Amino acid sequence: MATLPAMNAPAAYLVPASVDEAADALSDGEATLLAGGTDLLLQTHQGVRAFRRTLVNISRIAELKTISLSGDRFRIGALVTITELLHSKLVCQHLPILAQAADHFASDQIRNAATVGGNLCNASPAGDMLPPLLALDATVELACRKDHRLQRRNVPLDQFFLGPRRTAMAADELLTAVEIPLPPARHYGRFFKLGTRPALDISIISIALAGVLENRQLTGVRVAFGAVAPIPVRARRTEAALEGRTLDAEVISTAVETARAEATPISDIRASAWYRSEMIFNMMRRLLHEAADA
Amino acid sequence: MKPLTREITFALNGRPRSVEIPVTLSALDLLRDVLGLTGTKYACGEGECGACTILVDERSLCSCLLFAVDLDGRAVTTIEGIATDDTCAPLIQAFVAAGAVQCGFCTPGLVLQARHFLADNPAADRTAIKRAIEGNLCRCTGYQKIIDAVASHVAALNVPEGRQDARPRR
Ligand SMILES: Cc1cc2nc3c(=O)[nH]c(=O)nc-3n(C[C@H](O)[C@H](O)[C@H](O)COP(=O)(O)OP(=O)(O)OC[C@H]3O[C@@H](n4cnc5c(N)ncnc54)[C@H](O)[C@@H]3O)c2cc1C
Ligand code: FES
Ligand code: FES
Repeated sequence: MATLPAMNAPAAYLVPASVDEAADALSDGEATLLAGGTDLLLQTHQGVRAFRRTLVNISRIAELKTISLSGDRFRIGALVTITELLHSKLVCQHLPILAQAADHFASDQIRNAATVGGNLCNASPAGDMLPPLLALDATVELACRKDHRLQRRNVPLDQFFLGPRRTAMAADELLTAVEIPLPPARHYGRFFKLGTRPALDISIISIALAGVLENRQLTGVRVAFGAVAPIPVRARRTEAALEGRTLDAEVISTAVETARAEATPISDIRASAWYRSEMIFNMMRRLLHEAADA
Repeated sequence: MKPLTREITFALNGRPRSVEIPVTLSALDLLRDVLGLTGTKYACGEGECGACTILVDERSLCSCLLFAVDLDGRAVTTIEGIATDDTCAPLIQAFVAAGAVQCGFCTPGLVLQARHFLADNPAADRTAIKRAIEGNLCRCTGYQKIIDAVASHVAALNVPEGRQDARPRR
């Protein structure tokens, strides 16, 4: 029987009550953060990931648990769970594409634990919240302790992902929130996830499509793909093929060809590269016909 | 080197409980191996089957994906805690009456998941019930009898449609 590599143990365990305290706990760059734990527990127990010196449980930081809209910006705290997104009136009303993605996420038990911040920081190319957040022009807020002060910086989401499980976040930083500009009037957004069954499936591919939809034309088009590259990606050539054009048969046909050419999937246990490319082509076509008929 | 431990205190089925545990322990291993509460089942160990479902502050969670140290200060409900509880006995009876229990391995997780779901949706229809138990696998019944059981319990509760959200949302 194959044996798994042994799990290591952290040397210290801390439960900060505020972002300030958390930034302190992280300042030596030797900490592992715990939010809902749905990724971290398995990764550490299966030995595919080692704990750093200090395990920092951020799950009690109240200021990271709120969803708010002030002026024209949404702020979703890092600890907001997928269930909370799904039930948020603000999200359902203004950011329905996020609610759609939340509705396709795992199972109730996992949605109750899994956080938005954990999904972002785990940085899986198949993370379901990532394509819709890319399509909504989200930025992430990162905080750290520098020169005895709490400092925050914002990183556009399309610059945050560097590779599978690698992000632009430094070892002494934590993700505090994701910010989203209030979508304009007539904003249209759709999320599509392909799995082998409706619940509890990691995406084979996923697509987020967004933009302002008027007279069968999309402007400010955003297309993002999950699970077809090492990171969730914006499909900029596909966006350009759609921008401002009437969604007729010819435009749709060019756009879906572009989408297939733009996706660079790999073959793995879930699907072959060929199948993923074909599904991008077919599902993109379905999404665009839906938008044309909306 | 001795693994790092922590003393945690939490309410277990309504009674305060303190225990010193390794910080890397899962909540499932705490319940079964440390506290001897084997009603919570270990099956897949990776969040796929729901056999290990427990309620933590009234939210249903997979205990196999949860660090036990995170239970500190929280209220935990396992099948042992509700098996004899007045409000839950009829739900369990509904499982028995519908023939929704065969080997029974999935039953504790399903009962807790159903209880969690019905608290928010006491007038749920079959479609909603089906979605609510998506995270619970059963290898015996084919699910129909489980859905029958929960639906018959809903019918017996007889909550008017308008009063669906009996409990405030968190
Ligand atoms: C059975 C199963 C099914 C799943 N299904 C899906 C699915 O359908 N779609 C999907 O997208 N994912 C799925 N997942 C993956 C997982 O549930 C999500 O990625 C989840 O959002 C992770 O959130 P968490 O709070 O549990 O993160 P944790 O496990 O606590 O943390 C994840 C990672 O992010 C880091 N981290 C967490 N929060 C922060 C922060 N604020 N700042 C800095 N670093 C942080 C942690 O150190 C860790 O590396 C599934 C997992 C399982 C086990
Ligand atoms: S044992 Fe936890 S979900 Fe299967
Ligand atoms: S009754 Fe056997 S697994 Fe469900």
